[in-house]
Amino acid sequence: MKEVELTCSATAKEPSALRLVLTLGIAGLISGFILVFVYQYTAPIIAANKAKALREAVFKVVPNSAYLQELHYKDGELVRVADESGGEKVQPGEILYGAYGPDSGFMGYAIVGSGNGFQDTIRLLYGYDPVQRAVLGMHILDSKETPGLGDKIYKDADFVSQFSPVLVDPSVELVKGGRKADNQIDAITGATISSDAVVKIINNAHQKWDDKTKGAPPKFVPPPPPKEKEKDGNE
Amino acid sequence: MIKKPMQLLLQTSPFLRRGITTPRLMSEVVIATIPVIFAACWYFGLSALLLIFASVAGAMLTEWFFTPKKSSTQPSNSLLDGSGLLTGILLGLTLPPGMAMWMAFLGGVVGISIGKLVMGGLGQNMFNPALVGRAFLQAAFPTAITTWNPPATSPGSLESFTAIRESNLAAPFMQSSTDAVTTASPLGLMKFEHEPTPWFDLFIGNTAGSLGETCAIVIIVMGVIMAIRRDFDWRIPVSILLAVAAFSAIPWFIKPELYPTPLGMLLSGGLLFGAVYMATDPVTSPVTPKGAWIFGASIGLLVVLIRLWGGLPEGVMYAILLMNAATPLIERIAQPRVFGRGRSAV
Amino acid sequence: MSATKSYSEEFLKGIWKENPVFIQVLGMCPMLAVTNTAVNAIAMGVATAFVLLGSSILVSLLRKVIAKPVRISTYIVIIATFVTVADYSIEAFSPALHRELGAFIALIVVNCLILGRQEAYSSKNTVGFAIVDASGMAIGFAFALFCLGATREILGFGTFFGSPIFGEHFEPWVIMALPPGGFLMLGFILLFFNWLEQRKKGAAV
Repeated sequence: MKEVELTCSATAKEPSALRLVLTLGIAGLISGFILVFVYQYTAPIIAANKAKALREAVFKVVPNSAYLQELHYKDGELVRVADESGGEKVQPGEILYGAYGPDSGFMGYAIVGSGNGFQDTIRLLYGYDPVQRAVLGMHILDSKETPGLGDKIYKDADFVSQFSPVLVDPSVELVKGGRKADNQIDAITGATISSDAVVKIINNAHQKWDDKTKGAPPKFVPPPPPKEKEKDGNE
Repeated sequence: MIKKPMQLLLQTSPFLRRGITTPRLMSEVVIATIPVIFAACWYFGLSALLLIFASVAGAMLTEWFFTPKKSSTQPSNSLLDGSGLLTGILLGLTLPPGMAMWMAFLGGVVGISIGKLVMGGLGQNMFNPALVGRAFLQAAFPTAITTWNPPATSPGSLESFTAIRESNLAAPFMQSSTDAVTTASPLGLMKFEHEPTPWFDLFIGNTAGSLGETCAIVIIVMGVIMAIRRDFDWRIPVSILLAVAAFSAIPWFIKPELYPTPLGMLLSGGLLFGAVYMATDPVTSPVTPKGAWIFGASIGLLVVLIRLWGGLPEGVMYAILLMNAATPLIERIAQPRVFGRGRSAV
Repeated sequence: MSATKSYSEEFLKGIWKENPVFIQVLGMCPMLAVTNTAVNAIAMGVATAFVLLGSSILVSLLRKVIAKPVRISTYIVIIATFVTVADYSIEAFSPALHRELGAFIALIVVNCLILGRQEAYSSKNTVGFAIVDASGMAIGFAFALFCLGATREILGFGTFFGSPIFGEHFEPWVIMALPPGGFLMLGFILLFFNWLEQRKKGAAV
């Protein structure tokens, strides 16, 4: 040990500033090259994974649907986001998804809502049928609820299945001890706050989108052929 | 020419002592819990004894396991001073009657090991060991510890005494059976349904709740006796109760249909039990009179805040634990002024 | 000093005698945050091992090139590169795992275990020794994560690697699945290892 320190102090002249800059610069350069390479390789896979997860979630909350397109509200009607791509960027919070059956017929909307849960923000996706005025299904996208209690909002199949369907008029209502009407949800025992959060999120999101989804839904426009092929390949 | 060596005895104060020792204090408090245990058996039957037995067993076994056995310097009297026994009894009395025995046992183990022994044993612990055990159980089994069974329909009769709740006997690590009759505690009723419980039921203990907390009258009587015998500082329970009454009166005056009456707040839940048996633990509460007032009033304020605006219906346990942690700070600001010196000379 | 070193000793010291968690108490953030199941713990252990091994090799190779006053920043750049590579790869190949581990993959970069090994070992030793040291430390770290993750999963969920071991009536200890359970369990495990150590010392006397 002593020997090492001695040699160190003998050779340790103050390195020049240029050397310092070069060391860091080269390290940064190498690092940058590696990262660009890895990013280029993984980015499409990550994007495909995300799209696939979103598609699966939408198809889950709108039963029997097979296609989706991103929609947003503009000038009194819902329009495809893709049509607008030339113009300004649409905020993620202003997007909802139109879900269409295998015959391209409109099945319902999938709407993202979020709000405070027991621990942290809960993000969920729910399917909505403007004709029946009912929620078709609910899927939790993101939550940090207590394992074993609050996480039953997505692990408890009995709770989740209550949302398919549940009526939204006058509003979705949380009850205890069994649902008695078509607009009621039975709370999870021991996780009332989390159950309440889910119901509140849906009610709030519904209020926001209710008027905007009253008009005729936009037609499904099949994406251009090459994209369709890629989609099939991933499924 | 026998020269006797001169002896000079140097002693510091105190020169006058009450003949009070740890074992004696502990046994007095243990005796003071007997009427409460009796009340628990009256309303909840044999389940009360089973749960208290389990938590005492957990506490005592842990105490025994970690006590140095063949140490010559220190006689192993921590088992015999009764503090482990008291922790076990107090923990058992704070559990709901339908709790599984293995959970009560685990609570005793955790209370003694984490609450007391890892801190250095009796006198070194920062938190009340029984409440540490209960806090652990609350965090580990939130459903089981908030599942209340109603009291017996004919309290005191032999058949309701011997009717053991099946959920008490759940095998270790297994769930207690869920089909037992459950109900809401008075605090839960008030908080979520805004439905007050008649005060007389609260007073005699004919409500759902933890084993030892329901019967107000017994706790009040025992509290008065212990205060007269100076087993604890009377200022602590008195200041807690006064603070709860005062702070809960304000929202009640503003919106009486939404908030419980101060009397209901005082009599329901674990407030009396906590104020008399838990907060007065001499190790974890301040020693100075001024400190005792601050300590008690802060607990009362916290209880009101948690009960009325917190997520849980009951907050006595957390209020006491929080103020346990603040005790050293309270001692600092509540130092009596040394005679003849200025205010800053501490 | 280098004459007396043997590869096997340098390798084994990280697993037991100088275990990064049990003895050095390093890297507590991932230790407490992501060890609620055995799978998460092992995934974290593997990701950390990849970063530790990669950066140790690179630092050891470049130890004569790196100028001393900027060595810490250079180590961090190297470590951050490997962390980002690990982050992207996990996100691409196992989105579910990435969701579980979340921000804690990116936080490997501030794991003091990794920077500590660069400063204390790789920058002073040959590549061979650096590899051996890094693998020993990585295995020791992963072992500790696994101990904690397995106990927390068994008590908190009643499962081991996702398969139930107590039957359907198991009552989960909710606290074990939450961060306080991590603190408690880590405390117990440290207690246990200290007790073992003391017993060994007692036996030697």
